[in-house]
Amino acid sequence: MPLWLFIFLGALAVISALGVILQRNPVHCLMALVMVLLDIALLYIALGAVTVGFLQAIVYVGAIMILFLFVIWLLNLRAEVRSEGHLALKFFGALGASALTAELWVFVSESRRTGGLTERSPQFGSIASLAASIFSQYLVAFEVTSILLLVAVVGAIALARRPGPVTAGRSESLPADAATRQAGGVRQAGGVRQAGGVRQAGGVR
Amino acid sequence: MYLLLLIGGIKAIIVLLMMLNLSAILLWFERKGSALIQDRIGANRANLLGIGKRLGIPNLGIVNTLIADSLKMFTKEDFVPDGADRFLHGLAPFLALFPVLVTFAVVPIGDQITLFGHVIQLQAADLDDAALYILAALGVGVYGIALGGWASNNRWALLGGIRATAQMISYEIAMSLAIIAMVATYGSLNLQEIVRAQGGVWFGFLPRWGVLVQPVAFLVLLTAGMAESKRVPFDLPEGESELVAGYFTEYSGGKQAVFMLTDFAEVTLVAVLITTLFFGGWQVPWLYPDGFHLPGGAHLEMARWLVVIIGVVAFMIKAVIFCCFQILIRWTLPRFRYDQLMRLGWKVLVPAGLANLVVTAVVIVVGGH
Repeated sequence: MPLWLFIFLGALAVISALGVILQRNPVHCLMALVMVLLDIALLYIALGAVTVGFLQAIVYVGAIMILFLFVIWLLNLRAEVRSEGHLALKFFGALGASALTAELWVFVSESRRTGGLTERSPQFGSIASLAASIFSQYLVAFEVTSILLLVAVVGAIALARRPGPVTAGRSESLPADAATRQAGGVRQAGGVRQAGGVRQAGGVR
Repeated sequence: MYLLLLIGGIKAIIVLLMMLNLSAILLWFERKGSALIQDRIGANRANLLGIGKRLGIPNLGIVNTLIADSLKMFTKEDFVPDGADRFLHGLAPFLALFPVLVTFAVVPIGDQITLFGHVIQLQAADLDDAALYILAALGVGVYGIALGGWASNNRWALLGGIRATAQMISYEIAMSLAIIAMVATYGSLNLQEIVRAQGGVWFGFLPRWGVLVQPVAFLVLLTAGMAESKRVPFDLPEGESELVAGYFTEYSGGKQAVFMLTDFAEVTLVAVLITTLFFGGWQVPWLYPDGFHLPGGAHLEMARWLVVIIGVVAFMIKAVIFCCFQILIRWTLPRFRYDQLMRLGWKVLVPAGLANLVVTAVVIVVGGH
């Protein structure tokens, strides 16, 4: 990667990261974070790890940040009010920031002392090398992680579900209605709810 | 070095113009085709100085849809509603259009040609991870729609934006599963290599097109792709009868035109992807680099450049056929209900795509190719 490209992408990443913490509007912060993540994806690609770069864009920008956007919308977050903050908050914030800076400094000087960074192999970051390491060297860790994620998904759904029998989940608030409509009623419930939601949203105005 | 840059630039411009033109022609086909389907006369109001009428040519609405409409769009007032987020409101249409347009860069429009000793791939970017690139670009494309809905400061628009986002990320999964199945079948993420692998014939006459190997993946990609373009029957995000116009309710003039162009560019993208992955891209049945070899044993000698040109034309024809097919569907089917849409995505397309992928993987491992 040419030096000018690295400086350009690095500066862009730092500016976008500052945008994440300095802006008030949560959606603007989110877009700045999207910029940071895309920028990191570009850095990966410029370093030759093309597959990793695209995966970064797919996973973080295409999925996780969209989820953040949904959370911001559904919680109806407004622009952040500047809080004066306690003295203790400022003190511990400064302490944490200086600890992180010190850690970064030690890390950088360490790598410089041990002769800098080593040259990557030409196969590094290609989809073949990625697959080879995931499905041979780290197979167990990979499978365990996927099971962990599956458990997390099932757990989240179980927690979000209201208690009560599974079949009555949707129409329990309208028992008489459900009895008369039977199976067809459950299918319609989605449509009815949708229309209700729209009417409500209009009414708020 | 500079020569390569020049060649790359020219290729990029050619591909971009090809796709933009195709999208514009789709606008005409949509207006006139829908009139044909609904037994109306359709767009025929504008003409150029009455030339067509004097020559006795029936008004096909080309001036109306391609010149008058776009002039009207771009000269209208660009209105931003009170309380809207001006920056994101302006950015959103372009954020929606850009990822769709850059996706065309990895689509091969023809075979390679040799010009002045340089081998040139007829493809704007010869990328090894093209399939991943497409998925990444589609993921970024969601933001334009989502922000367009949010930044308008309008309930209809926000609801449309939320619906569009949920729909697009749901169907992206099915779409990726279909693409991954094709990648597994041909053992490559490079679209040019996938197209090359579809050359030749089976049993002496049957072209080796992907649709014959992966019919399930074809149906999944076609359905999910049409849902991605958010047009009828998947137009919940802009359903006129409930949400006025959904996420672009508060857009007018040029920005509205950009959103419309995005829709047509997405239709084109789906058609191009299906052509490339399932219908042999620029491959013509029985056409080899040295000419036609017909099943009966007949042989027609052809120059190399002629074969390449036939390939590019065949690619365009296939893409246009699938664009027209989507427009036909759009004017034939009624709109889904939202729960039907989600059920189709999550309970039909995703399991079908997953099962297809598992079967593909087993066949590859057992068959050992």
